[in-house]
Amino acid sequence: METRRKERLDRGIRVRTNGIYAISSLKEMMYLLAPRLALILGLLILPLLIPNPYWQRVVAIMSIFALLSLIFDFLAHYVGIVNLGGALFIGLGGYIAGILNSYFGLPLFVTIPVATIGGAAISTLLLLPCLPMRGIYFAIVSLMYPLLFAKIIEALNIFGGTDGIPGLTTFGNIWIDQYLIIAVLLLTLFALRRLVNEDFGLVLRGIKDNDQAVKASGISITRYKAQAVFIASAIGSFAGAYLTHLYGWVGISLFALDFSIFPIAATVLGGLGTLVGPVLGAFILIPLTETMRAFGTLRIVFYSIILVGFIVFKPEGLMKYFERKYYQFEHWREV
Amino acid sequence: MSQEVLLQVKDVSKSFGGVKAINNLSFDLIKGEVLGIIGPNGSGKTTLVNLITGFVKPDSGKILAMGKDLTKLQPHKIADLGITRTFQIMRPYYTLSAFKNLIIPLYSPRAKRARGGNLGDRDTVAIDLLEEIGFERDAYVPYKLASTLPQGYLKRLELARCLALRPEIIIADELFSGLSMSEIATMVPIMEKLQMSGMTIVMIEHRLRELFMVANRIMVMNFGEKIAEGTPDEVMDDEKVKEAYLGTETVV
Amino acid sequence: MEILVYGTVNSIVFALIAIGFTLVYGISRLSNFAHGALYILTGYITWQFLNRLGLNYAVAIILALIITALLGAAMYRFLLIRVRGMPSSEIIASFAIGLAIMEALRWRGFVGQTYILPPFIEGTTEIAGVLIDWQRIIIVIGGLVVMIFLWLFTHYTKIGLALRAIAQDERAAMMLGIDSDLTAVIALALGSALAGVAAIAILPLGNITVETGYNVLIYAIAVCIIGGLGSWTGAIVAAFILGFAQILTVAYIAPQWQLVVVFLAIILTLILRPSGLFGKQKELEERV
Repeated sequence: METRRKERLDRGIRVRTNGIYAISSLKEMMYLLAPRLALILGLLILPLLIPNPYWQRVVAIMSIFALLSLIFDFLAHYVGIVNLGGALFIGLGGYIAGILNSYFGLPLFVTIPVATIGGAAISTLLLLPCLPMRGIYFAIVSLMYPLLFAKIIEALNIFGGTDGIPGLTTFGNIWIDQYLIIAVLLLTLFALRRLVNEDFGLVLRGIKDNDQAVKASGISITRYKAQAVFIASAIGSFAGAYLTHLYGWVGISLFALDFSIFPIAATVLGGLGTLVGPVLGAFILIPLTETMRAFGTLRIVFYSIILVGFIVFKPEGLMKYFERKYYQFEHWREV
Repeated sequence: MSQEVLLQVKDVSKSFGGVKAINNLSFDLIKGEVLGIIGPNGSGKTTLVNLITGFVKPDSGKILAMGKDLTKLQPHKIADLGITRTFQIMRPYYTLSAFKNLIIPLYSPRAKRARGGNLGDRDTVAIDLLEEIGFERDAYVPYKLASTLPQGYLKRLELARCLALRPEIIIADELFSGLSMSEIATMVPIMEKLQMSGMTIVMIEHRLRELFMVANRIMVMNFGEKIAEGTPDEVMDDEKVKEAYLGTETVV
Repeated sequence: MEILVYGTVNSIVFALIAIGFTLVYGISRLSNFAHGALYILTGYITWQFLNRLGLNYAVAIILALIITALLGAAMYRFLLIRVRGMPSSEIIASFAIGLAIMEALRWRGFVGQTYILPPFIEGTTEIAGVLIDWQRIIIVIGGLVVMIFLWLFTHYTKIGLALRAIAQDERAAMMLGIDSDLTAVIALALGSALAGVAAIAILPLGNITVETGYNVLIYAIAVCIIGGLGSWTGAIVAAFILGFAQILTVAYIAPQWQLVVVFLAIILTLILRPSGLFGKQKELEERV
């Protein structure tokens, strides 16, 4: 028989820093700021610490996946849309940027914004009819779209067919490469964290909790869902356009399943609903899979197992665990 | 009282599979009245609410209000016209605190219009609204997480969600059910106050004694049909009503 | 005429592939996204028994089916049971399991020319002037036998009736003493074995590749979505629609459009009629 149980209590400093009292002492301000500063500074210093161009490229890829994980979490946890098709955003953004750059000769600073907005508009239009659907139906359609696009490009043999479009403009500078995406990642992260607590974000969360009550409050849920999808797909399309210019190449692998599945694994690992967690998850998983590149497809097996393990046995994820350790202390208590 | 008809239900029918939930039902709702709808379980009361508020579309018939046929509108459009409802099974936004629950209706187009486009700080408006309906601000009740609130507060939160829209009609679906006597005792004055302010209310109830304190007119339903209508006293003397209720409920 | 014959064969292939998936969903409301992986795994195990251990073909098949069924049951008993009732977690977990199985097979190098299951009977015959090999005829007969067997099983055996009871109303069935988890285990075992049966019947037609696993999953989902999740009649009708649509695409447009047609069919169905052709769920009107 179990005779003791674990008791968790909030740390005193956690309670003291709740609300406006936080500004009363430096220590308490630091308690609140430390995790945020650690993340921001850590990300900003990261490229400087890495000497090897190969691994610097990995930092950029990592950030792309972090962005995708972030929007998966945003849609899944704050709007109630399980989107298994992150590759759709990446692919559309990437192809729009690639086509504008290659066929029309437009420069980077035109193609990326146009691809961001254009990709978001097309994705939103495509997903619009599916928005009233719930749960697995939406998941299935969103999973199918990128595969459909890849097959259509292959079948029609347009935009370079299976070979893709090579020879696109690149950023030309490894520092711009990294700091651009890191800056966007940080901005997106903090903007989304802010958004979900604004009035607009509350409406989205209301839709997730109880869409009937939102309807009964005279709010069109499809409209708000569409806006949320637009925000998410704009971020995803930016990542796609960035990826295209990072490699100077665009091809149907941008619609590949990796971009859809990997963010889910990162989100589950990092902790659903924390927004920071998915970023953390991506930053753990991508380097891990990079080091396992030698094992070929075994790394997919590896991260599938991590995914199953976490979703089945530890669904709260890493971030919630860290949060608990930071905010609370635990001790055993006799029962 | 002027006899302005606010809502008109005309020959509405709805069946689920083989079951006729509503059968050729017609009635009018007059501005400023409190209409009580009673009837045994399964007599189609909640379906009626769903039909009026657009959550379910009727098989035939019309529901007219404000010059529009509600059966052709989506639920959020109907709410936008000012016809609001509470849900019998309350599901507040559990992850939000009580006053943040109200931010959502206050964010709706109707709430913005009703307040002249300028709401000021929504948080303040929400907390004021909750205080009016009995959330003790001094005890920080409006700040509590919705999942920690007791039943009575949740019911009032549902009502507050309707009031946030500055509605024309409130349809209250079993507002008193599942509450303790003391909780009901606090609800009744709230409803009376609303009635005094000239609000048009439809109340669907099983608690007849409390309903009769508030309602001007009672409609009795059974098997999706209207079997009686009139003032509370008239209805209670009706033979068909006694028959429908016999053995299922004791009327004091 | 050729289109008719091959369309029928193709439709039965679709039905065989989908029947396990729809069975599992119909009974336990669980979308088994590892379906394609189990399909390909059965092929792999059979091949191993046949070529490495040199077992008799029939013995190899039976052993492989038993192993697949046990695997499906174990998958539910040890993993999926914990995420039951959370549809998105179920999908992610089962899909990840499938991914792990398929990519592990790919890593083992299980692709290409060397991995072929022999047909049951060699040679070809002629039906109504169309040349057709015996394996395809076996598929048609096998498919019909499986469907009749399942119908009899669910209508006349105690376990089958319990499965149907759970499918109709889980709570009521549980109150009558039917163990919901046990039936789900049985459903998954049966569903996995059916994936295996499909694999063994269909795989001898070509090489075994891991991509087949992904396609099988997509086909299974397509059939179930178009027919309406959990509806048997719907699944069979949808299998025929898709089967013929695909053959017609190959005949009149081009082979590379096959999958596009399937995707479009899924997306259109979901947009126009989310509950599928024969679905009973009223997605948009539920839970008011």
